[in-house]
Amino acid sequence: MSDLLTVDGLTLATSNTRLVEDLSFSIAPGERFGLIGESGSGKSLTALAVTGLLPPAIRPSGSIRLGGTQVVGAPERALVRLRGDAVATVFQEPLTALDPLMPLGAQIAGPVRRRLKRSGDDASRGAVRREVMALLEQVRLPEPERLVGAYPHEVSGGQRQRVAIAMALACRPRLLIADEPTTALDVTTQAEIVQLINALVKELGLGLLFISHDLPVVGQVAERVMVMRQGRAVERGSTARVLTEPEDAYTHDLVDAARRFDSALEGRP
Amino acid sequence: MSLMSVENVSFAYGAGRPVLEDITFDVPRGSNVGLVGESGSGKSTLLRLLLGLDTPRGGRILFDGQPLDARSGRYMRSYRRRVQAVFQDPYSSLNPAHRILRIVTEPLRSLKVPGDHRAMAEEAMAAVGLPVDSLGRFPEQFSGGQRQRIAIARAIVARPELVLADEAVSALDLSTRVRVVDLFRDISERMTMVFVSHDMGVVAALCDRIVVLDRGRIVEAGDTARILADPQHAYTRSLLSSIPRMPESA
Repeated sequence: MSDLLTVDGLTLATSNTRLVEDLSFSIAPGERFGLIGESGSGKSLTALAVTGLLPPAIRPSGSIRLGGTQVVGAPERALVRLRGDAVATVFQEPLTALDPLMPLGAQIAGPVRRRLKRSGDDASRGAVRREVMALLEQVRLPEPERLVGAYPHEVSGGQRQRVAIAMALACRPRLLIADEPTTALDVTTQAEIVQLINALVKELGLGLLFISHDLPVVGQVAERVMVMRQGRAVERGSTARVLTEPEDAYTHDLVDAARRFDSALEGRP
Repeated sequence: MSLMSVENVSFAYGAGRPVLEDITFDVPRGSNVGLVGESGSGKSTLLRLLLGLDTPRGGRILFDGQPLDARSGRYMRSYRRRVQAVFQDPYSSLNPAHRILRIVTEPLRSLKVPGDHRAMAEEAMAAVGLPVDSLGRFPEQFSGGQRQRIAIARAIVARPELVLADEAVSALDLSTRVRVVDLFRDISERMTMVFVSHDMGVVAALCDRIVVLDRGRIVEAGDTARILADPQHAYTRSLLSSIPRMPESA
C-alpha cells in the first residue's frame, strides 16, 4: 500500500508501565487524521514515537512505517533523514519551538539550507533568503521583510505559530504532525491557525496527523479520527460519525461535554 | 445593593502603559459574573485588584458599600474572610507536604475563625462531593479534578460571601471540566461569584452576567443571554464567532 504512515500494533512502555498499547492506524497521502485524547491518553507519545523522538526510557515495539521506512529500532542517522524528508512537527507552544536569541528569518533558514544542500540545489544566501520569504508568505505572515529580522518575543503568539509552521514546511515534509497547535492561543487566533493548517495541507497535498483534546477543533480539521484513552484506542471512524453518533461510552462522555458548552453558547445553559 | 462595585478603575504597572482603563461594573449580591477576555485583556490584573493584591491607580472598588482598602492589614483580614479565591492550576495551589485537612482548614486558622474546624472541613468536603476520609490524605493522591474540588472546599470553608475564580477550570480535561463547572454552579447558588476566564463556553454555562474585556477596557457588559443572542460590540461578535462548534447531527 502507498500509505504515508502505517502504525501497526504499536506499544510504548517503560520498564514497569505500558503507556500506549497495541495501537494501529494509517494515514494516506493528502489525508487529515485526528487523534483525540485527554491528558494521559498517550496521544503525544504516539506522535513522538512516529518521529523517533521518544525519551530513552520509553521502549517502542510493533511497527511504524513512515514513507516506507521502519521507524521502530531505526538508527538515529536514518531518523534524522526521515524527520527532514517525510515528517515535520508543529507543537503546542511556539515559544519553546523557537530559539529566543535568533531572528525568525535565520530560524527558518536553517532547515531550508539543509534541505537545499541535501538535494544538491543552490544553497547560496540569496537562494535561501528567497525560500524563506516564500515560506513566510505561504503561512500568510504580513510584512515578511520586517519579520525576518524580528525575534520571537517581538511578535504575537499567532505569528510565532505561523513561523513554527513555516519551519516545519521548510523541510518539504509529506506528513505534517500538529500536536495541540492551537491550544496555547487565544480563540480568535486559534481560528486563523486552524484555517491556515487546513489551507496548507490542501495546497501542498500533505498528510496530516492532528492531535488535540479539543473535539470541535478536531472536527474542523480531520476527516477521520481515533479516540484514545489511557494508551488505547477506544473508537475510530469518520469525524462526522464519531462526533455525532459516538459508540464508545467514553467518547460519548466527551461528545456530551463538548455539546454542553456549545449549547451554553446558544443560550441554553 | 451590589456586593461589589468597580467604579472607573484604572491601573498600570510602574510607569508602563495603562493595563486597565475606566473599568466600571457591578457584582450584585447572589449573582455570578463572568469576566471574559483574551491574553492582554487585563482580566488577570483586574482580578488582582479585586483580591486586594494591587491598588487601583484611579477609581475605586467598593465591597459591601465600603472602599476596598488593600493597604490596611486589619481591613484585609476581614476582607479575606468574606472573599476567597480559586486559581487555575490544581497542581501548584495545594501544598504537597500537607494533608488535605490542614489545607482545607488553613483559611479558618489564618482568619482565626472560632468553632470546630474539622466539622467545617467535613461539611466543605461534602459540598464539593469528596468523601470525608480524603481529609487524611495528601494532594498527590488526587487527580486534577479532585484537587480543584479540594481548592474549592478550601475557598468555601470559611463561608465567604464572594468567591473569585481565576481560570479555575481551564487546566482540566474536558470531561472533568464539565463536572467542576456543575460544582461551581451548585456553589454559586449559595454565594456570589466572579469567574475570570478566556473560555466563553464555560462562562456561558456558568454565569448570569458577562463583562467582556479587550485591551484593558470593557467593550460590552450585560446579561449572558442577551450578550450571546445579540452581541453589540464587534469584538464580542468576533470572539463568539471564532469559537469552534461541534458538527450538527446528521
